[in-house]
Amino acid sequence: MTTTQTAGWRPSMGEAATRDKPATVSGDYALMLEECLSFELGGHGKCGVDMDEPELAPLAGLPLRQAAPDLPGLTEPETVRHYTRLSRQNYAIDLGPFPLGSCTMKHNPRLNEKVARLPGFADVHPLQPQASVPGALEVIAQLADWLVTLTGMSAVAMSPKAGAHGELCGLLCIRAAIDARGETRDVVLVPESAHGTNPATAAFAGFKVESIPATAAGRVDLDALKAKLGPNVAGVMITNPNTCGLFEPDMKAIADAVHAAGGYVYCDGANFNAVVGKVRPGDLGVDAMHINLHKTFSTPHGGGGPGAGPVVLSEALAPFAPLPFVTRDAQGRIHLVEEETAGEDHPNSFGRMVAFHGQMGMFTRALTYILSHGADGLRQVAEDAVLNANYVLRSLENVLHAPFGDSGPCMHEALFSDRGFAEGFSTLDVAKGLIDEGFHPMTVYFPLVVHGAMLVEPTETESKAGLDRFIASLRSLAERAKAGDVSLHSAPHYAPRRRLDETLAARKPVLVWKGEPAPSGQPSPSEIGDR
Amino acid sequence: MTRYFTQEHEWIEVNGEVGTVGITDYAQGQLGDITFVELPAEGATVGKGDSVSVVDSVKAASDVYSPVSGTVTEANPALADAPELVNSDAETGGWLFRVTLSDPAELEALMDEAAYKDFVAGL
Amino acid sequence: MRYLPLTADDRTAMLATIGAASVDDLFTDVPPEARLPGPVEGLPAHASELAVERHMSRLAAQNLTAGNAPFFLGAGAYRHHIPASVDHLIQRGEFLTAYTPYQPEIAQGTLQVLFEFQTQVARLFGTDIANASMYDGSTACWEAILMAGRITRRGKAVLSGGLHPHYAQVVRTMAKFTRDEIDARQPRLEPAPDDAELIEAIDAQTSCVVVQYPDILGRIPDLAGIAEAARAKGALLIAVVTEPVALGLIEAPGNLGADIVVGEGQSLGVGLQFGGPYLGLFGCREKFVRQMPGRLCGETVDAEGKRGFVLTLSTREQHIRREKATSNICTNSGLCALAFSIHMTLLGGEGLAKLARINHARTQALVARLTQVPGVSLLNQTYFNEVTLLLPSDARDAVRVLAERGVLGGVSLGRLYPGAAELANGLLVTATETVTDEDIETFATELAGVLA
Repeated sequence: MTTTQTAGWRPSMGEAATRDKPATVSGDYALMLEECLSFELGGHGKCGVDMDEPELAPLAGLPLRQAAPDLPGLTEPETVRHYTRLSRQNYAIDLGPFPLGSCTMKHNPRLNEKVARLPGFADVHPLQPQASVPGALEVIAQLADWLVTLTGMSAVAMSPKAGAHGELCGLLCIRAAIDARGETRDVVLVPESAHGTNPATAAFAGFKVESIPATAAGRVDLDALKAKLGPNVAGVMITNPNTCGLFEPDMKAIADAVHAAGGYVYCDGANFNAVVGKVRPGDLGVDAMHINLHKTFSTPHGGGGPGAGPVVLSEALAPFAPLPFVTRDAQGRIHLVEEETAGEDHPNSFGRMVAFHGQMGMFTRALTYILSHGADGLRQVAEDAVLNANYVLRSLENVLHAPFGDSGPCMHEALFSDRGFAEGFSTLDVAKGLIDEGFHPMTVYFPLVVHGAMLVEPTETESKAGLDRFIASLRSLAERAKAGDVSLHSAPHYAPRRRLDETLAARKPVLVWKGEPAPSGQPSPSEIGDR
Repeated sequence: MTRYFTQEHEWIEVNGEVGTVGITDYAQGQLGDITFVELPAEGATVGKGDSVSVVDSVKAASDVYSPVSGTVTEANPALADAPELVNSDAETGGWLFRVTLSDPAELEALMDEAAYKDFVAGL
Repeated sequence: MRYLPLTADDRTAMLATIGAASVDDLFTDVPPEARLPGPVEGLPAHASELAVERHMSRLAAQNLTAGNAPFFLGAGAYRHHIPASVDHLIQRGEFLTAYTPYQPEIAQGTLQVLFEFQTQVARLFGTDIANASMYDGSTACWEAILMAGRITRRGKAVLSGGLHPHYAQVVRTMAKFTRDEIDARQPRLEPAPDDAELIEAIDAQTSCVVVQYPDILGRIPDLAGIAEAARAKGALLIAVVTEPVALGLIEAPGNLGADIVVGEGQSLGVGLQFGGPYLGLFGCREKFVRQMPGRLCGETVDAEGKRGFVLTLSTREQHIRREKATSNICTNSGLCALAFSIHMTLLGGEGLAKLARINHARTQALVARLTQVPGVSLLNQTYFNEVTLLLPSDARDAVRVLAERGVLGGVSLGRLYPGAAELANGLLVTATETVTDEDIETFATELAGVLA
């Protein structure tokens, strides 16, 4: 028999080895890893890409760069480690609920990713001859068909790159339609509760913005809107379901009034996920609506994009849609309409919004998602999203003030306010407390029409058990905010960083690395070596 | 020298033909940490009630309206590097700009210090 | 449904908590006449993962991919080899499925990447600062023109004929609505770009001159000369870079006097993807920072003094400034910025310089071989990895027939400038490091056959 050496304290010995938690030399704490900037890790002369030596080629006549860009490189293992370590400082929908109201963080199916990477989609050039890319054009056409049918509209402009870009597309269609009528209408009406992109887009498109108030029930004030209509009004921008998480029951009446006054109805479709398969916006008199493929149709947000914002259009606005687009002829053959043939096929187009065809990589993902769900599954998506939100609303309304809780069910998001919190306690404290509980906070301080707003959008991809955990945490935080638990002021305590000094960042902006060492608290690799 | 106040929380101190304009201590308290001040150009002609300056905090951008009509003679040079002066010395060293008054009669519509105090108390 | 976790029992229990008899009771705000009684008609029902993958794979298989043919297209979208680690890393769920970093304490991964990205773009462009990305090069170009208007308080932009025609179309489209004046021109088939004509066009109303570098025909304009002329008239120089790999070889626009540098970042890390999503790059002088569009990430410290990063200077943006914002942009190209940044990190500055020299050498080899084809000549005096060839006949026909023969032989100027007969014989061809000698030989042989 051989004996193995055993040593060291084991839990079975029954007494703790130590209760102290010493500081580490590295600055890392087990799986909680700090990470320097790539520039601090990298070196000149290091490269993670092997390349053949370039053939000797004459460089005469070129304005040669005096020195290679001052960017240290990293080898592949260092690169993989750098970004993997950084990734662990992010919260993500893959880790838990991400209940950002109006942002729609739902599960991103991995089949979508696999399909988008098929070389037939990922490795084709946007200017290849049409005959060499029939499958790519077919994807655009099939997605367009789905979007038009699901919304009950006449046409769709596929090229806008994100929601706000889609808003711009819709408003430019409206501008072009009004110009075509020989009229000058320069005002767009926007409810107070709208996303900031709505007024910004209207101004970007050259319109003046006038605000419409909300009713006590959180809806557009129809009478106030009617009073503003007139020969100078080009249209209205309505979000439906709106940013309070409520359906606008007067949508058809609003549309009829706007149309009667000679204007058009733009619907912000950011919240279409609440009604997809249940309601067709075309039945409510909408003239244009963008669809955030990264919200309703699950394409990943990627830490801030890319999005995709196709715009469905009514018969009245369809002739003005931008180039390029894919269309089917009478025989069902697909072809691409670009500037060359637009003169015959589409003479009233307002022009072009982007180089190339839009967010193809998002089209393949969204079509994959749509085909997976089908017409029945998409309806279930809306129903489960609304069910989950109402479950959150009713489970918490006895501890958190729900400003519109008495006006009936919500749609896909539940809205709460900070009313009842102890003096000095805010929505921000609750949000940061949720971080310590292991959840991403809800949308806070939006919509602006509710004081200290907290907008919770669970989405349909959360399980009941997951929601119950979230509800228990939020309930506890609400109680702590009401009781004045000061430990909330310093939350989060357990995140990779404590609250960050945003004032300093804005007063003395440091937007690029200038080679200065990190502030105290984080040793650089060379400092560790010195020890 | 006399100091006047507006309902939009600007103050103006008039010395002869020249008025010095800033935002009130109450206003800076509402805005929180001020991070940047956009100032009018010297020589600019402004009308009473025109938006002539913007005071930024981290999460908000607030317009500052000229209390009087006139011509801007000077913008506070210290604010470029130290916008926090508007927080610490709103009604003294944190002034925003100076303006020569084209119509001193406009001052009559403004509040004096006591009236402004009452106004703020009622908010 | 594989993506929906609620069971029938869950739904029943939840409805009981809510106090509703059925899910339909939750949709009572929707007027009855607008409520659909069942699934939207005319659309198929849900499908298995296997079935969907089969459907999509069949569509993908109908396309002739760049990797399966000798491939020479550019014109604003370039095919480069992307290291395998790039796609692996961007598929980390913590990057892929995160939102815009509005809660910085749990988004330091994304924020630090954006800070590194901004630094990389600024150093590549030779600008003081850069933002966290725009939608693509064309929209970044229009945003730069708007920004120049805000800075100079002038309303006229002078566009070089060498600006990508799609970019120029975007600018013209948007300017119709904002009523900015656009002085644009079409390129001429001349060996050098239109620098002199451009300088002539700058006047006291000009807010900016917009110059692509290298230009759409592959030629390299004299940015320093144009910058000097613009400065003399109080106008800004906006340089547009559609192929950032070029900046491994030729001088950075910022170092030549450009005030704003925008570009398309697709070349590094992102891939062709039939045109999108791509990556708008945007850099400028530091003094213009408060006029910039788009998100910015900045360095700061947390409550314990540790370095950290936040989105900053948000008062420029739509969610705060609403109709007074510098732009309406909200969602940008975060994931594409990550891919660009990883690829750039793998290369490093010296790796990029080497890659650029390889590209230039490959293109010289391509030019040397193709100009041996009877009837084919080279237009350019200067070029990086893209040139304009002059064919004896309409290049559109040649490109179409070449594709039928399995060669993706460039972009015809007829596709880019429909109706411009004087440009119709021009063919844009690009050679990157992905092009082999065999590819070049096949191209030359087939082109000779097509033209014969």
